[in-house]
Amino acid sequence: MKSALQIAADVRSGASSANDELERTFSVIAERNEELNVFLHVDFEGARRVARDVDERVARGEDVGPLAGVPIAIKDNMCQVGIPTTCSSKILEGWRPPYDATVIQRIVAAGAVPVGKTNLDEFAMGSSTENSAFGPTRNPLDPSRVPGGSSGGSAAAVAADMTSISLGSDTGGSIRQPAALCGLVGVKPTYGLVSRYGLVAFASSLDQIGPFARTVTDSALLLEVLAGHDPKDSTSLPEPSPSLLAHLNDGVAGQKIGLVRELVEGADDSVVTAVRSAADALREAGAEIVELSLPELALTLSAYYLIAPAEASSNLARFDGVRYGLRVNAVDVTTMMEATRTAGFGAEVKRRIMLGTYALSAGYYDAYYGQALKVRTLTINAFARAYEQVNLLLGATTPGVAFKFGAKTEDPMAMYLNDVFTIPTNLAGDPALSVPFGTGEEGLPIGVQLLGPGRSEAQLFAAARVLEIADGRS
Amino acid sequence: MSNAITRDEVAKVARLARLILSDAELDLFTEQLGQVLEHAADMNSLDLADVVATAHPFGLTNVVREDVVIASLDRDAVLAMAPDARDHRFAVPRILGEAP
Repeated sequence: MKSALQIAADVRSGASSANDELERTFSVIAERNEELNVFLHVDFEGARRVARDVDERVARGEDVGPLAGVPIAIKDNMCQVGIPTTCSSKILEGWRPPYDATVIQRIVAAGAVPVGKTNLDEFAMGSSTENSAFGPTRNPLDPSRVPGGSSGGSAAAVAADMTSISLGSDTGGSIRQPAALCGLVGVKPTYGLVSRYGLVAFASSLDQIGPFARTVTDSALLLEVLAGHDPKDSTSLPEPSPSLLAHLNDGVAGQKIGLVRELVEGADDSVVTAVRSAADALREAGAEIVELSLPELALTLSAYYLIAPAEASSNLARFDGVRYGLRVNAVDVTTMMEATRTAGFGAEVKRRIMLGTYALSAGYYDAYYGQALKVRTLTINAFARAYEQVNLLLGATTPGVAFKFGAKTEDPMAMYLNDVFTIPTNLAGDPALSVPFGTGEEGLPIGVQLLGPGRSEAQLFAAARVLEIADGRS
Repeated sequence: MSNAITRDEVAKVARLARLILSDAELDLFTEQLGQVLEHAADMNSLDLADVVATAHPFGLTNVVREDVVIASLDRDAVLAMAPDARDHRFAVPRILGEAP
């Protein structure tokens, strides 16, 4: 599979065309989508139109952009005009948004060709893509295992070589965890770096859109296109988009990197070994590795599973059968709303709405939601303290490799524990990425996580590049 | 079996959230929500009295734009996606009850 960087170079030079690249993508989708259930919708007609436009502009000698003719898969919780957007929920089945998410406008303006919408855990709630109303996605590396979640479809699209890059969203690890389980690079940018306009909200203070790619370079290429201020998102950072590709080969010489005990503890032996080897590789490249402990991180799982459901219960109140999506008719409006929501939402979404409604309800607000917000402050302070000592942090992305279908579906708490290493940065608003490093059980990939302070994406990519090279991946 | 939340409380929360749960779902959710809330009890081991709550990662300041007219979404395009629309409005079943 060609990298996005290579596809764009070939399309611009005329060595290939956007149309040829797109038809290649369609042929892999035709071969594998039925088995893997990656795409919920493929926009054959629209994508061919965009590709034709790219080729015509190349022929006229125009500069088409850094993603010229690159097919890209979109997680199905991002709006695209006229394209079904379901969030893998029956409550939105058949809805076609009347507007584009800002990220869609940005990638198309950069020359990319959106090919379709990928499967996810319903409303991005889950860690395995088993919570989709349209069936689970299978891990292309081992179809008896989950691809991770919630952006499992977008991870699988790249892992199955359908596309070289894709878009995911990360609220508590939903990009980094599937990236780790599918052997990809996955990035959760600094909160506010990428516009959330047109991303269907799950937990607004935590959600962030980011890239999946096979290589660190492609991840940086895509994030450069995605990042930047958007007046349509009031939480969008005012600063201009950072320069990432220019710093890819900066290395880690002279950097201090903290190996965080709480971000490794409890992981499988193979994962611990991978993280330690990654630390060695960074040390060999000139970084100083410091072992440190941030005890507050042990509390973040509890805080997250109150804050995210609380925000979700409020955000998902809009799905009431009035303005869009499913309506189950009834004699009066309240009964209609109850019948619609009961029929439209799946079990995990109901569970989180219930949890969030309870955490926000009179008499329990202080004990649960209020307490969780204070733990969020402690988390932010803990990271800030660490970044006074070190430049970046290192840990595991997940406790283990991709697990089998059904392994955690009966026990929500076991599923939630899969997010224990990825959640802390979402609470802090800081960036983090997962990069493949080594393998575990049955040769399945392991992801190691690099974390940094707000807007440190360039340093994170440079460190990830060191690991990618040390792991023999390029 | 945890008792962090009772079956009656779960039923009450379901009403607030406009969800109808079956008896089996009430039992299951009582147990599962109880487990999550029990796990959350580890936060209560801390003295957080002096800690300020953070609802958002960065201090938010209000964002305003120039007071100029810009296009909003097309009304017909928006209403076309509604389950029921009449006379350029969203239509819903009866809201008020019968007169006593």
